[in-house]
Amino acid sequence: METILTIQNLNKIYNRKVHAVKNLSFEIKKGNVYGILGPNGSGKSTTLGITLNVVNKTSGDYKWFDGAMETHEALKKVGAIIERPNFYPYMTAEENLKLVCKIKNIPFQKVEEKLELVGLIERKDSKFSTFSLGMKQRLAIASALLNDPEILILDEPTNGLDPQGIRQIRDLIRIIASQGTTILLASHLLDEVEKVCSHVVVLRKGEMLYQGSVEGMLSSEGFFEIQADDMELLESTLKNHPSVDKIITEEGKLLVYLKGTLEAKDLNLYLHQNNIVLNHLVKRKNSLEEQFLQLTNNN
Amino acid sequence: MKRLLSIELQKITKNRSSKVLTIIYFLLLSLITLIASIEFDLGPIHINVAEQGIFNFPFIWHFNTYFADFLKIFLAVVIVSMMANEYSYGTLKQNLIDGMSKKEFIISKFLTVLLFAGVSTLFVFIVSLFLGLKHSSFTEISIIFSDLEYLLAYFVKLTCFFSFCLFLGILVKRSAFALGFLFFWFGVEKISYGILKFEVFKFKNSDVTFIDRIYDFFPLEAMSNLIIEPFSRLNFVKTLGNQVGIESVKDYSVHFSTIAIVVMWIFIFILTSYYILKKRDL
Repeated sequence: METILTIQNLNKIYNRKVHAVKNLSFEIKKGNVYGILGPNGSGKSTTLGITLNVVNKTSGDYKWFDGAMETHEALKKVGAIIERPNFYPYMTAEENLKLVCKIKNIPFQKVEEKLELVGLIERKDSKFSTFSLGMKQRLAIASALLNDPEILILDEPTNGLDPQGIRQIRDLIRIIASQGTTILLASHLLDEVEKVCSHVVVLRKGEMLYQGSVEGMLSSEGFFEIQADDMELLESTLKNHPSVDKIITEEGKLLVYLKGTLEAKDLNLYLHQNNIVLNHLVKRKNSLEEQFLQLTNNN
Repeated sequence: MKRLLSIELQKITKNRSSKVLTIIYFLLLSLITLIASIEFDLGPIHINVAEQGIFNFPFIWHFNTYFADFLKIFLAVVIVSMMANEYSYGTLKQNLIDGMSKKEFIISKFLTVLLFAGVSTLFVFIVSLFLGLKHSSFTEISIIFSDLEYLLAYFVKLTCFFSFCLFLGILVKRSAFALGFLFFWFGVEKISYGILKFEVFKFKNSDVTFIDRIYDFFPLEAMSNLIIEPFSRLNFVKTLGNQVGIESVKDYSVHFSTIAIVVMWIFIFILTSYYILKKRDL
Protein backbone atom coordinates (compact mmCIF):
# COMPACT_ATOMS: atom_id res chain seq x y z
CA MET A 1 0.00 0.00 0.00
CA GLU A 2 1.18 3.51 -0.81
CA THR A 3 2.60 5.45 2.10
CA ILE A 4 1.44 9.03 2.41
CA LEU A 5 3.26 10.21 5.49
CA THR A 6 6.18 8.69 7.34
CA ILE A 7 7.27 10.04 10.71
CA GLN A 8 10.56 8.79 12.13
CA ASN A 9 11.91 9.42 15.63
CA LEU A 10 10.35 12.85 15.73
CA ASN A 11 11.14 15.08 18.70
CA LYS A 12 9.97 18.53 19.64
CA ILE A 13 11.23 20.45 22.64
CA TYR A 14 9.71 23.87 23.22
CA ASN A 15 11.97 26.49 24.78
CA ARG A 16 14.46 23.81 25.80
CA LYS A 17 12.07 22.69 28.54
CA VAL A 18 8.81 21.22 27.34
CA HIS A 19 9.32 17.91 25.60
CA ALA A 20 6.09 17.90 23.60
CA VAL A 21 6.83 15.03 21.22
CA LYS A 22 9.09 12.16 22.24
CA ASN A 23 10.71 9.96 19.63
CA LEU A 24 7.51 9.47 17.70
CA SER A 25 7.35 7.18 14.67
CA PHE A 26 4.38 6.08 12.63
CA GLU A 27 3.16 5.73 9.08
CA ILE A 28 0.03 6.83 7.31
CA LYS A 29 -1.06 4.52 4.50
CA LYS A 30 -3.31 5.48 1.66
CA GLY A 31 -7.02 4.78 2.00
CA ASN A 32 -7.29 4.39 5.78
CA VAL A 33 -8.98 6.65 8.26
CA TYR A 34 -6.63 7.36 11.13
CA GLY A 35 -7.40 8.77 14.52
CA ILE A 36 -4.77 10.34 16.70
CA LEU A 37 -6.01 10.03 20.25
CA GLY A 38 -4.60 11.69 23.26
CA PRO A 39 -5.59 13.88 26.18
CA ASN A 40 -5.12 17.62 25.87
CA GLY A 41 -1.44 18.47 25.70
CA SER A 42 -0.35 15.05 24.51
CA GLY A 43 1.44 16.42 21.46
CA LYS A 44 -1.22 15.80 18.80
CA SER A 45 -1.31 19.32 17.43
CA THR A 46 2.44 19.72 17.69
CA THR A 47 3.00 16.58 15.64
CA LEU A 48 0.56 17.74 12.99
CA GLY A 49 2.05 21.25 13.11
CA ILE A 50 5.50 19.87 12.37
CA THR A 51 4.36 17.85 9.37
CA LEU A 52 2.42 20.88 8.13
CA ASN A 53 5.43 23.18 8.11
CA VAL A 54 4.27 25.55 10.85
CA VAL A 55 6.23 24.16 13.80
CA ASN A 56 9.95 23.46 13.61
CA LYS A 57 11.04 19.97 14.64
CA THR A 58 13.86 19.58 17.15
CA SER A 59 15.12 16.31 15.70
CA GLY A 60 13.93 13.33 13.72
CA ASP A 61 12.37 13.29 10.32
CA TYR A 62 9.15 13.19 8.37
CA LYS A 63 8.44 12.55 4.73
CA TRP A 64 5.42 13.24 2.58
CA PHE A 65 4.75 10.86 -0.30
CA ASP A 66 8.06 9.04 0.16
CA GLY A 67 10.00 12.28 0.16
CA ALA A 68 9.57 12.81 -3.56
CA MET A 69 8.92 16.55 -3.17
CA GLU A 70 9.56 19.45 -0.83
CA THR A 71 7.20 19.86 2.10
CA HIS A 72 5.46 22.98 0.83
CA GLU A 73 4.88 21.37 -2.59
CA ALA A 74 3.56 18.22 -0.92
CA LEU A 75 1.22 20.33 1.21
CA LYS A 76 -0.53 21.50 -1.96
CA LYS A 77 -1.82 17.92 -2.20
CA VAL A 78 -2.86 17.87 1.45
CA GLY A 79 -5.97 19.39 2.93
CA ALA A 80 -5.62 20.41 6.55
CA ILE A 81 -7.66 22.15 9.19
CA ILE A 82 -5.89 23.06 12.37
CA GLU A 83 -7.81 23.91 15.57
CA ARG A 84 -9.89 26.82 14.33
CA PRO A 85 -10.77 28.01 10.83
CA ASN A 86 -8.36 30.71 9.70
CA PHE A 87 -9.59 32.96 6.92
CA TYR A 88 -9.56 36.64 6.01
CA PRO A 89 -12.64 38.02 7.80
CA TYR A 90 -13.12 40.84 5.29
CA MET A 91 -13.32 38.51 2.28
CA THR A 92 -16.38 36.52 1.25
CA ALA A 93 -16.46 32.73 1.38
CA GLU A 94 -15.87 32.54 -2.36
CA GLU A 95 -12.99 35.04 -2.32
CA ASN A 96 -11.31 33.16 0.50
CA LEU A 97 -11.50 29.91 -1.42
CA LYS A 98 -10.18 31.57 -4.56
CA LEU A 99 -7.20 32.82 -2.58
CA VAL A 100 -6.52 29.25 -1.45
CA CYS A 101 -6.73 28.18 -5.12
CA LYS A 102 -4.07 30.75 -5.97
CA ILE A 103 -1.84 29.48 -3.18
CA LYS A 104 -2.30 25.87 -4.27
CA ASN A 105 -1.86 26.94 -7.88
CA ILE A 106 -5.07 25.38 -9.16
CA PRO A 107 -7.96 26.77 -11.26
CA PHE A 108 -11.07 28.21 -9.59
CA GLN A 109 -13.48 25.64 -10.99
CA LYS A 110 -13.79 23.53 -7.83
CA VAL A 111 -14.83 26.47 -5.65
CA GLU A 112 -18.56 26.18 -6.38
CA GLU A 113 -18.57 22.39 -6.16
CA LYS A 114 -16.97 22.35 -2.72
CA LEU A 115 -19.18 25.13 -1.41
CA GLU A 116 -22.11 23.01 -2.55
CA LEU A 117 -20.72 19.95 -0.78
CA VAL A 118 -20.52 21.70 2.59
CA GLY A 119 -23.83 23.47 2.10
CA LEU A 120 -22.56 27.02 1.92
CA ILE A 121 -23.38 27.83 -1.70
CA GLU A 122 -26.14 30.28 -0.74
CA ARG A 123 -23.76 32.15 1.54
CA LYS A 124 -20.85 32.32 -0.88
CA ASP A 125 -21.04 36.11 -1.15
CA SER A 126 -21.24 36.71 2.60
CA LYS A 127 -18.18 37.92 4.40
CA PHE A 128 -16.39 35.29 6.47
CA SER A 129 -16.76 37.46 9.57
CA THR A 130 -20.56 37.02 9.44
CA PHE A 131 -20.37 33.21 9.65
CA SER A 132 -21.22 31.11 12.70
CA LEU A 133 -18.52 28.80 14.03
CA GLY A 134 -20.16 25.78 12.40
CA MET A 135 -20.23 27.54 9.02
CA LYS A 136 -16.62 28.65 9.43
CA GLN A 137 -15.62 25.08 10.13
CA ARG A 138 -17.52 23.84 7.09
CA LEU A 139 -15.84 26.50 4.95
CA ALA A 140 -12.52 25.24 6.27
CA ILE A 141 -13.43 21.75 5.13
CA ALA A 142 -14.42 23.06 1.70
CA SER A 143 -11.09 24.83 1.51
CA ALA A 144 -9.19 21.72 2.53
CA LEU A 145 -10.96 19.73 -0.17
CA LEU A 146 -10.39 22.24 -2.99
CA ASN A 147 -7.61 20.23 -4.55
CA ASP A 148 -9.24 16.81 -3.99
CA PRO A 149 -6.38 16.10 -1.61
CA GLU A 150 -4.62 12.79 -1.13
CA ILE A 151 -5.11 13.17 2.58
CA LEU A 152 -7.36 15.28 4.76
CA ILE A 153 -5.99 16.27 8.15
CA LEU A 154 -8.46 17.41 10.77
CA ASP A 155 -7.36 18.64 14.16
CA GLU A 156 -10.26 18.71 16.64
CA PRO A 157 -12.78 19.56 13.92
CA THR A 158 -15.80 19.53 16.20
CA ASN A 159 -14.31 21.57 19.01
CA GLY A 160 -16.75 24.18 20.26
CA LEU A 161 -19.57 23.22 17.90
CA ASP A 162 -23.19 22.65 18.91
CA PRO A 163 -24.72 19.17 18.47
CA GLN A 164 -26.07 19.96 14.99
CA GLY A 165 -22.71 21.34 13.96
CA ILE A 166 -20.95 18.25 15.28
CA ARG A 167 -23.37 16.03 13.38
CA GLN A 168 -22.85 17.98 10.14
CA ILE A 169 -19.08 17.76 10.40
CA ARG A 170 -19.18 14.04 11.19
CA ASP A 171 -21.49 13.35 8.28
CA LEU A 172 -19.11 15.27 6.03
CA ILE A 173 -16.14 13.30 7.30
CA ARG A 174 -18.00 10.08 6.60
CA ILE A 175 -18.91 11.14 3.08
CA ILE A 176 -15.31 12.10 2.40
CA ALA A 177 -13.99 8.88 3.89
CA SER A 178 -16.41 6.84 1.77
CA GLN A 179 -14.96 8.45 -1.34
CA GLY A 180 -11.63 6.86 -0.51
CA THR A 181 -9.80 9.92 0.79
CA THR A 182 -7.24 9.15 3.47
CA ILE A 183 -8.13 10.97 6.67
CA LEU A 184 -6.10 11.79 9.73
CA LEU A 185 -8.30 12.92 12.58
CA ALA A 186 -6.83 14.22 15.82
CA SER A 187 -9.27 14.29 18.66
CA HIS A 188 -9.74 13.75 22.33
CA LEU A 189 -13.37 12.76 21.71
CA LEU A 190 -13.22 9.00 21.72
CA ASP A 191 -16.63 8.16 20.40
CA GLU A 192 -15.84 10.41 17.45
CA VAL A 193 -12.74 8.42 16.64
CA GLU A 194 -14.49 5.12 17.32
CA LYS A 195 -17.26 6.04 14.91
CA VAL A 196 -15.19 7.11 11.95
CA CYS A 197 -11.67 5.71 12.21
CA SER A 198 -10.23 2.39 11.16
CA HIS A 199 -6.80 2.93 12.71
CA VAL A 200 -5.61 4.72 15.82
CA VAL A 201 -2.43 6.17 17.23
CA VAL A 202 -2.62 6.82 20.95
CA LEU A 203 -0.38 9.49 22.43
CA ARG A 204 0.27 10.54 25.97
CA LYS A 205 2.71 13.26 27.00
CA GLY A 206 4.35 13.08 23.61
CA GLU A 207 4.86 9.33 23.67
CA MET A 208 3.13 6.77 21.52
CA LEU A 209 1.28 4.15 23.56
CA TYR A 210 -0.51 2.27 20.82
CA GLN A 211 -0.62 2.11 17.08
CA GLY A 212 -2.84 -0.20 15.08
CA SER A 213 -6.40 -0.84 14.03
CA VAL A 214 -9.35 0.21 16.16
CA GLU A 215 -10.48 -3.44 16.09
CA GLY A 216 -7.15 -4.57 17.46
CA MET A 217 -7.36 -2.10 20.27
CA LEU A 218 -10.88 -3.16 21.22
CA SER A 219 -10.64 -6.91 20.77
CA SER A 220 -7.96 -7.50 23.35
CA GLU A 221 -9.78 -10.50 24.85
CA GLY A 222 -12.80 -8.81 26.43
CA PHE A 223 -14.38 -9.83 29.74
CA PHE A 224 -17.44 -11.52 31.29
CA GLU A 225 -19.93 -10.05 33.63
CA ILE A 226 -21.51 -12.89 35.66
CA GLN A 227 -23.69 -13.50 38.69
CA ALA A 228 -24.92 -16.59 40.56
CA ASP A 229 -26.65 -17.30 43.88
CA ASP A 230 -23.50 -18.53 45.55
CA MET A 231 -20.97 -15.93 44.66
CA GLU A 232 -18.15 -17.39 46.76
CA LEU A 233 -18.38 -20.77 45.14
CA LEU A 234 -18.57 -19.09 41.75
CA GLU A 235 -15.40 -17.12 42.41
CA SER A 236 -13.39 -20.07 43.69
CA THR A 237 -14.53 -22.26 40.75
CA LEU A 238 -13.59 -19.59 38.27
CA LYS A 239 -10.14 -19.22 39.76
CA ASN A 240 -9.42 -22.82 38.72
CA HIS A 241 -10.22 -22.17 35.06
CA PRO A 242 -7.02 -21.87 32.95
CA SER A 243 -8.24 -18.96 30.78
CA VAL A 244 -9.15 -16.64 33.64
CA ASP A 245 -6.76 -13.81 34.36
CA LYS A 246 -8.33 -11.88 37.23
CA ILE A 247 -11.67 -11.43 38.91
CA ILE A 248 -13.10 -8.20 40.22
CA THR A 249 -16.29 -7.83 42.23
CA GLU A 250 -18.39 -4.89 41.16
CA GLU A 251 -21.96 -4.08 42.19
CA GLY A 252 -22.76 -7.67 43.19
CA LYS A 253 -21.39 -9.08 39.92
CA LEU A 254 -18.08 -10.60 39.03
CA LEU A 255 -16.07 -9.10 36.24
CA VAL A 256 -13.93 -11.88 34.83
CA TYR A 257 -10.94 -10.88 32.74
CA LEU A 258 -9.34 -13.43 30.45
CA LYS A 259 -5.86 -14.33 29.31
CA GLY A 260 -6.88 -16.60 26.47
CA THR A 261 -9.93 -16.92 24.30
CA LEU A 262 -13.08 -18.22 25.95
CA GLU A 263 -16.58 -18.22 24.52
CA ALA A 264 -19.66 -17.61 26.64
CA LYS A 265 -21.10 -21.05 25.99
CA ASP A 266 -17.85 -22.74 27.03
CA LEU A 267 -17.77 -20.82 30.27
CA ASN A 268 -21.40 -21.64 30.89
CA LEU A 269 -20.78 -25.33 30.27
CA TYR A 270 -17.75 -25.34 32.56
CA LEU A 271 -19.74 -23.77 35.40
CA HIS A 272 -22.64 -26.18 34.84
CA GLN A 273 -20.26 -29.09 35.14
CA ASN A 274 -19.20 -27.61 38.46
CA ASN A 275 -22.85 -27.38 39.56
CA ILE A 276 -23.21 -23.64 39.31
CA VAL A 277 -26.25 -22.09 37.66
CA LEU A 278 -25.88 -18.49 36.50
CA ASN A 279 -28.40 -15.70 36.90
CA HIS A 280 -26.51 -13.39 34.64
CA LEU A 281 -23.90 -13.87 31.90
CA VAL A 282 -22.71 -11.20 29.50
CA LYS A 283 -19.58 -11.15 27.41
CA ARG A 284 -18.39 -7.59 26.97
CA LYS A 285 -15.63 -5.77 25.20
CA ASN A 286 -14.11 -2.60 26.53
CA SER A 287 -15.30 0.51 24.76
CA LEU A 288 -12.58 2.55 23.17
CA GLU A 289 -12.96 4.96 26.02
CA GLU A 290 -12.28 2.34 28.71
CA GLN A 291 -9.46 0.94 26.64
CA PHE A 292 -8.00 4.39 26.18
CA LEU A 293 -8.26 5.27 29.85
CA GLN A 294 -6.58 1.99 30.73
CA LEU A 295 -3.78 2.66 28.29
CA THR A 296 -3.16 6.20 29.42
CA ASN A 297 -3.37 5.38 33.13
CA ASN A 298 -1.39 2.18 33.32
CA ASN A 299 1.76 3.18 31.56
CA MET B 1 6.03 35.81 -9.32
CA LYS B 2 2.74 36.87 -10.88
CA ARG B 3 0.98 34.32 -8.69
CA LEU B 4 2.60 35.64 -5.51
CA LEU B 5 1.78 39.23 -6.37
CA SER B 6 -1.81 38.40 -7.22
CA ILE B 7 -2.23 36.59 -3.87
CA GLU B 8 -0.94 39.63 -2.03
CA LEU B 9 -2.94 42.13 -4.04
CA GLN B 10 -6.13 40.21 -3.35
CA LYS B 11 -5.38 40.40 0.38
CA ILE B 12 -4.91 44.16 0.18
CA THR B 13 -7.56 45.24 -2.29
CA LYS B 14 -10.35 43.33 -0.58
CA ASN B 15 -9.55 45.04 2.70
CA ARG B 16 -11.49 48.25 2.96
CA SER B 17 -9.19 50.18 5.28
CA SER B 18 -6.12 49.30 3.22
CA LYS B 19 -7.93 50.37 0.09
CA VAL B 20 -9.05 53.68 1.59
CA LEU B 21 -5.57 54.46 2.90
CA THR B 22 -4.00 53.69 -0.46
CA ILE B 23 -6.49 55.90 -2.28
CA ILE B 24 -5.95 58.75 0.17
CA TYR B 25 -2.22 58.35 -0.31
CA PHE B 26 -2.38 58.77 -4.06
CA LEU B 27 -4.88 61.63 -3.78
CA LEU B 28 -2.51 63.45 -1.45
CA LEU B 29 0.40 62.76 -3.78
CA SER B 30 -1.43 64.43 -6.60
CA LEU B 31 -2.18 67.37 -4.32
CA ILE B 32 1.50 68.31 -4.60
CA THR B 33 0.30 70.17 -7.66
CA LEU B 34 -1.55 72.54 -5.36
CA ILE B 35 1.73 73.86 -4.00
CA ALA B 36 1.82 75.84 -7.22
CA SER B 37 -0.96 78.04 -5.98
CA ILE B 38 0.65 78.97 -2.66
CA GLU B 39 1.29 82.67 -2.26
CA PHE B 40 2.20 84.50 0.91
CA ASP B 41 3.80 87.67 2.25
CA LEU B 42 7.04 87.61 4.19
CA GLY B 43 7.45 91.12 5.52
CA PRO B 44 7.69 93.42 2.54
CA ILE B 45 8.40 90.58 0.15
CA HIS B 46 5.50 88.97 -1.71
CA ILE B 47 6.23 85.35 -2.44
CA ASN B 48 4.53 83.25 -5.06
CA VAL B 49 5.84 79.73 -4.62
CA ALA B 50 5.34 78.78 -8.24
CA GLU B 51 7.61 81.66 -9.25
CA GLN B 52 10.41 80.75 -6.86
CA GLY B 53 11.80 78.24 -9.27
CA ILE B 54 10.61 75.16 -7.41
CA PHE B 55 9.02 73.84 -10.56
CA ASN B 56 12.07 74.40 -12.70
CA PHE B 57 13.65 71.34 -14.18
CA PRO B 58 15.68 69.67 -12.85
CA PHE B 59 15.15 71.13 -9.37
CA ILE B 60 11.57 69.91 -9.38
CA TRP B 61 12.75 66.30 -9.12
CA HIS B 62 14.50 67.11 -5.88
CA PHE B 63 11.67 69.19 -4.51
CA ASN B 64 8.81 66.80 -5.29
CA THR B 65 10.54 63.61 -4.20
CA TYR B 66 11.39 65.30 -0.92
CA PHE B 67 7.80 66.31 -0.28
CA ALA B 68 6.13 63.19 -1.58
CA ASP B 69 8.20 61.29 0.94
CA PHE B 70 6.23 62.73 3.88
CA LEU B 71 3.14 60.82 2.77
CA LYS B 72 4.80 57.43 2.95
CA ILE B 73 3.39 56.87 6.42
CA PHE B 74 -0.01 56.10 4.85
CA LEU B 75 1.37 53.14 2.95
CA ALA B 76 3.49 52.21 5.95
CA VAL B 77 0.27 51.67 7.91
CA VAL B 78 -1.09 49.50 5.11
CA ILE B 79 2.07 47.39 5.04
CA VAL B 80 2.38 47.00 8.79
CA SER B 81 -1.24 45.96 9.10
CA MET B 82 -1.14 43.60 6.12
CA MET B 83 1.68 41.79 7.91
CA ALA B 84 0.36 41.96 11.47
CA ASN B 85 -3.12 40.86 10.33
CA GLU B 86 -1.66 37.63 8.99
CA TYR B 87 -0.71 36.83 12.55
CA SER B 88 -3.92 37.95 14.23
CA TYR B 89 -6.20 36.21 11.70
CA GLY B 90 -4.07 33.07 11.86
CA THR B 91 -3.87 33.21 8.09
CA LEU B 92 -0.07 33.09 8.02
CA LYS B 93 -0.37 29.61 9.49
CA GLN B 94 -3.14 28.69 7.06
CA ASN B 95 -1.19 30.00 4.04
CA LEU B 96 1.74 27.79 5.00
CA ILE B 97 -0.53 24.79 5.57
CA ASP B 98 -2.15 25.39 2.19
CA GLY B 99 1.24 24.95 0.58
CA MET B 100 2.97 28.33 0.47
CA SER B 101 6.60 28.14 1.54
CA LYS B 102 7.95 30.63 4.05
CA LYS B 103 10.22 31.96 1.35
CA GLU B 104 7.31 32.52 -1.02
CA PHE B 105 5.45 34.28 1.77
CA ILE B 106 8.25 36.78 2.31
CA ILE B 107 8.77 37.22 -1.43
CA SER B 108 5.10 37.98 -1.95
CA LYS B 109 5.25 40.65 0.75
CA PHE B 110 8.46 42.11 -0.63
CA LEU B 111 7.02 42.21 -4.15
CA THR B 112 4.16 44.29 -2.76
CA VAL B 113 6.67 46.63 -1.13
CA LEU B 114 8.45 47.00 -4.47
CA LEU B 115 5.14 47.57 -6.22
CA PHE B 116 4.09 50.29 -3.78
CA ALA B 117 7.46 52.00 -4.06
CA GLY B 118 7.49 51.63 -7.84
CA VAL B 119 3.99 52.98 -8.38
CA SER B 120 4.69 55.90 -6.01
CA THR B 121 7.83 56.74 -7.95
CA LEU B 122 6.03 56.56 -11.25
CA PHE B 123 3.25 58.72 -9.88
CA VAL B 124 5.65 61.36 -8.60
CA PHE B 125 7.46 61.26 -11.92
CA ILE B 126 4.26 61.92 -13.88
CA VAL B 127 2.97 64.63 -11.54
CA SER B 128 6.36 66.37 -11.56
CA LEU B 129 6.67 66.12 -15.31
CA PHE B 130 3.26 67.66 -15.70
CA LEU B 131 3.96 70.46 -13.20
CA GLY B 132 7.37 71.12 -14.68
CA LEU B 133 6.13 71.34 -18.23
CA LYS B 134 3.57 73.88 -17.06
CA HIS B 135 5.71 76.07 -14.83
CA SER B 136 9.37 75.42 -15.61
CA SER B 137 11.47 78.12 -17.22
CA PHE B 138 13.55 75.48 -19.00
CA THR B 139 11.94 72.78 -21.06
CA GLU B 140 14.81 71.38 -23.11
CA ILE B 141 14.74 67.57 -23.07
CA SER B 142 18.29 67.32 -21.77
CA ILE B 143 17.44 69.53 -18.80
CA ILE B 144 14.10 67.86 -18.10
CA PHE B 145 15.71 64.47 -17.78
CA SER B 146 18.74 65.50 -15.80
CA ASP B 147 19.04 64.81 -12.07
CA LEU B 148 16.70 61.83 -12.30
CA GLU B 149 18.76 60.17 -9.58
CA TYR B 150 16.38 61.82 -7.13
CA LEU B 151 13.68 59.48 -8.39
CA LEU B 152 15.97 56.51 -7.92
CA ALA B 153 16.76 57.72 -4.42
CA TYR B 154 13.04 58.14 -3.74
CA PHE B 155 12.33 54.60 -4.90
CA VAL B 156 15.13 53.12 -2.79
CA LYS B 157 14.07 55.20 0.20
CA LEU B 158 10.46 54.02 0.02
CA THR B 159 11.51 50.41 -0.51
CA CYS B 160 13.74 50.55 2.53
CA PHE B 161 11.14 52.23 4.70
CA PHE B 162 8.42 49.76 3.73
CA SER B 163 10.82 46.86 4.25
CA PHE B 164 11.48 48.24 7.72
CA CYS B 165 7.71 48.31 8.33
CA LEU B 166 7.37 44.74 7.06
CA PHE B 167 10.16 43.63 9.34
CA LEU B 168 8.54 45.33 12.34
CA GLY B 169 5.19 43.76 11.47
CA ILE B 170 6.78 40.31 11.52
CA LEU B 171 8.84 41.01 14.62
CA VAL B 172 6.10 42.57 16.75
CA LYS B 173 3.02 40.83 15.21
CA ARG B 174 0.67 43.67 16.20
CA SER B 175 0.11 46.69 13.94
CA ALA B 176 -0.23 49.28 16.67
CA PHE B 177 2.84 48.10 18.52
CA ALA B 178 4.84 47.84 15.31
CA LEU B 179 4.01 51.44 14.38
CA GLY B 180 4.75 52.47 17.95
CA PHE B 181 8.10 50.76 17.67
CA LEU B 182 8.80 52.67 14.45
CA PHE B 183 8.34 56.01 16.23
CA PHE B 184 10.25 54.73 19.21
CA TRP B 185 13.15 53.79 16.94
CA PHE B 186 13.05 57.20 15.30
CA GLY B 187 13.35 58.70 18.77
CA VAL B 188 16.18 56.35 19.71
CA GLU B 189 18.22 57.34 16.67
CA LYS B 190 17.70 61.07 17.13
CA ILE B 191 18.06 61.22 20.90
CA SER B 192 21.05 58.92 21.21
CA TYR B 193 22.71 60.94 18.45
CA GLY B 194 22.04 64.17 20.29
CA ILE B 195 23.25 62.81 23.61
CA LEU B 196 26.42 61.35 22.16
CA LYS B 197 27.33 64.33 20.05
CA PHE B 198 26.41 67.22 22.32
CA GLU B 199 26.49 65.80 25.84
CA VAL B 200 29.14 63.10 25.83
CA PHE B 201 31.62 64.54 23.37
CA LYS B 202 30.52 68.20 23.47
CA PHE B 203 30.79 68.79 19.75
CA LYS B 204 29.25 71.77 18.01
CA ASN B 205 26.31 71.35 15.68
CA SER B 206 28.28 72.47 12.65
CA ASP B 207 31.14 70.03 13.23
CA VAL B 208 31.04 66.92 11.15
CA THR B 209 32.42 64.30 13.53
CA PHE B 210 32.88 60.54 13.69
CA ILE B 211 29.51 60.42 15.47
CA ASP B 212 27.88 61.69 12.27
CA ARG B 213 29.84 59.17 10.26
CA ILE B 214 28.55 56.34 12.47
CA TYR B 215 24.98 57.56 12.47
CA ASP B 216 25.03 57.77 8.69
CA PHE B 217 24.82 53.98 8.85
CA PHE B 218 21.64 53.93 10.94
CA PRO B 219 18.57 53.00 8.90
CA LEU B 220 16.36 56.07 9.34
CA GLU B 221 19.29 58.48 9.22
CA ALA B 222 20.60 56.83 6.05
CA MET B 223 17.17 57.06 4.49
CA SER B 224 16.84 60.74 5.29
CA ASN B 225 20.34 61.39 3.96
CA LEU B 226 19.25 60.11 0.58
CA ILE B 227 17.30 63.23 -0.24
CA ILE B 228 18.48 66.39 1.58
CA GLU B 229 15.97 69.14 2.29
CA PRO B 230 15.59 71.39 -0.74
CA PHE B 231 14.44 74.64 0.98
CA SER B 232 17.81 76.23 1.31
CA ARG B 233 18.17 75.83 -2.44
CA LEU B 234 15.14 78.03 -3.08
CA ASN B 235 15.87 81.47 -4.49
CA PHE B 236 14.12 83.46 -1.81
CA VAL B 237 15.62 81.42 1.00
CA LYS B 238 19.07 81.90 -0.52
CA THR B 239 18.43 85.61 -0.73
CA LEU B 240 17.32 85.72 2.89
CA GLY B 241 20.34 83.68 3.89
CA ASN B 242 22.69 85.99 2.09
CA GLN B 243 21.10 89.00 3.76
CA VAL B 244 21.70 87.60 7.24
CA GLY B 245 25.14 86.39 6.21
CA ILE B 246 24.77 82.61 5.98
CA GLU B 247 26.53 81.18 3.01
CA SER B 248 24.96 77.90 1.95
CA VAL B 249 27.53 75.27 1.08
CA LYS B 250 25.32 72.20 1.39
CA ASP B 251 25.76 69.24 -0.90
CA TYR B 252 22.33 68.39 -2.26
CA SER B 253 23.22 65.61 -4.59
CA VAL B 254 22.32 61.94 -4.16
CA HIS B 255 25.34 59.93 -3.11
CA PHE B 256 26.02 56.44 -4.29
CA SER B 257 27.40 55.51 -0.87
CA THR B 258 24.11 56.45 0.79
CA ILE B 259 22.16 54.40 -1.70
CA ALA B 260 24.46 51.48 -0.96
CA ILE B 261 23.86 51.79 2.79
CA VAL B 262 20.10 51.92 2.31
CA VAL B 263 20.10 48.96 -0.07
CA MET B 264 22.11 47.08 2.54
CA TRP B 265 19.37 47.82 5.08
CA ILE B 266 16.73 46.52 2.67
CA PHE B 267 18.63 43.24 2.53
CA ILE B 268 19.01 43.15 6.29
CA PHE B 269 15.32 43.78 6.90
CA ILE B 270 14.07 41.24 4.40
CA LEU B 271 16.55 38.52 5.29
CA THR B 272 15.99 39.00 9.02
CA SER B 273 12.24 38.82 8.45
CA TYR B 274 12.73 35.54 6.64
CA TYR B 275 14.97 34.28 9.43
CA ILE B 276 12.43 35.18 12.12
CA LEU B 277 9.63 33.52 10.18
CA LYS B 278 11.71 30.40 9.72
CA LYS B 279 12.68 30.10 13.38
CA ARG B 280 9.32 30.84 14.88
CA ASP B 281 6.78 28.17 15.78
CA LEU B 282 3.31 29.26 14.78
